[in-house]
Amino acid sequence: MNTALQKVDQRKAHITLRVNGEEVEVSFAPYKTLLEVLREELDLTGTKHGCELGECGACAVLVDGEPLLSCLKLALECDGASIETVEGLAEGPELHPLQAAFSDHGGSQCGYCTPGVLMTAKGLLDREPNPSRERIKEALSGNLCRCTGYQQIVDSVADAARTLRERGVKA
Amino acid sequence: MMRLPWFQYQRPASVAEAARMLAAEGPRGMLIAGGTDLLPNMKRRQQTPATLISLSRVEGLKKITNGSGLTLGAGLTLTEVVGTGAVREKYRGLWQAAAQVASPHLRNMGTLGGNLCLDTRCNYYNQNEEWREAIGYCMKKEGKTCWVATASKRCLAVSSTDTAPALIALDAKVRLVSAAGERELALASLYNNDGINYITRKPDEILTEVVLPQLDGWSSTYWKLRRRGSFDFPLLGVAAAARMAPDGSVLEARVVLGAVSSQPLPLAKASEFLVGKKLNDEVIAEAGVLAASRAKPMDNTDLDVYWRKEVVPSFVGYALREIRGDDMRAMRMRISRQAL
Repeated sequence: MNTALQKVDQRKAHITLRVNGEEVEVSFAPYKTLLEVLREELDLTGTKHGCELGECGACAVLVDGEPLLSCLKLALECDGASIETVEGLAEGPELHPLQAAFSDHGGSQCGYCTPGVLMTAKGLLDREPNPSRERIKEALSGNLCRCTGYQQIVDSVADAARTLRERGVKA
Repeated sequence: MMRLPWFQYQRPASVAEAARMLAAEGPRGMLIAGGTDLLPNMKRRQQTPATLISLSRVEGLKKITNGSGLTLGAGLTLTEVVGTGAVREKYRGLWQAAAQVASPHLRNMGTLGGNLCLDTRCNYYNQNEEWREAIGYCMKKEGKTCWVATASKRCLAVSSTDTAPALIALDAKVRLVSAAGERELALASLYNNDGINYITRKPDEILTEVVLPQLDGWSSTYWKLRRRGSFDFPLLGVAAAARMAPDGSVLEARVVLGAVSSQPLPLAKASEFLVGKKLNDEVIAEAGVLAASRAKPMDNTDLDVYWRKEVVPSFVGYALREIRGDDMRAMRMRISRQAL
């Protein structure tokens, strides 16, 4: 562990992260949340800033494979962690099956909740490749959407799960 | 946007080291575990510790020990508690309570110890700094008046933990460790009926473990009222645990209400009333009336306050019918929108 982090009283904190498979070192004011570091220090603005109090799910990212709210995670506590954000989903011009399914089924309208929903859904499908509709709803019950009415989101995730199973790859 | 204020950050590796740091910081220091309660409060400047002592790297806080009962490390996330087979099989009330806390993401972050130490909540307190300044603040932070009941001498903020009522019904104890030593106390004694001094944990103590007794022959359950099937804090929690004789009469019972007071509320009278009786519909209805007489919901959370009091007997009824062995799955789906 970086001993400088044992007691951080300097104006800048410094950590190493693996973001979407790439190792990055980042310096930031120690009060910043993971959300603020992703958006402001690393220019990864795909992750959205919603309620900032843990009441909406817009800022959800995967930390070591688990869906968490980046607005309530101190960046200081992420030293050495692996972070996945929406920017890491597509491979070049090719959409991730989740993104393609959201496009096909109208799973995204205004789009503000979509990055958080996508990452939460990826966290689910990485662990459970064949979830029931009920299980999908339950896993996404921490993501608010004010446009779709949710049915299209559930349809999209179920369809993406099918595609991923057919291709035999992990989400 | 609301940013966190500046703070010093310390990351101890052991409970002993954390306890030393906490003692050295005094009232300026606060522990941070999952952060899901503390960080929103810090963003709104309700809590403003100068130093955060992180429990994220402390060894041993995630231990699960199966002995004569079950000991759960306070640092287990609520998701980890829900995923523990022994909790699901033997302490169902705790399992149901933990599974209904907040949302999946928050359960992935928030800890069992954090849910037990959860700050009390109130519509006049859980607001941003500008909002609170505009009403001259309130008694709980920086002000003098309790806006819920302006004649009140004490703060009426609401105990909003789901796991505490469930664990009190299961007769749990907690272990508190400080630099000066450690103690174990009944979880019910961890709380005061005061929205400000709601917890008897001393500022230099760390809640490290939850100790559940072996409960052969007991059944337990937890029912939660909230507006939505996710996110919301309880507007009423009913935890019940009972041990029954083979003929179906109650040998021992504990019923505890959550979110209708500044502390989880053990219902001694309603619990004693059940002993020696079979849980028929009349007995359950009577226990519900006894429970409602103790519930004092205030108009400082969501939904209509009179209605929240009126539904207490119904929720006590759901809990006792589930204990009796009724199939409550359809009702559970209607109320909580989760299969539990």
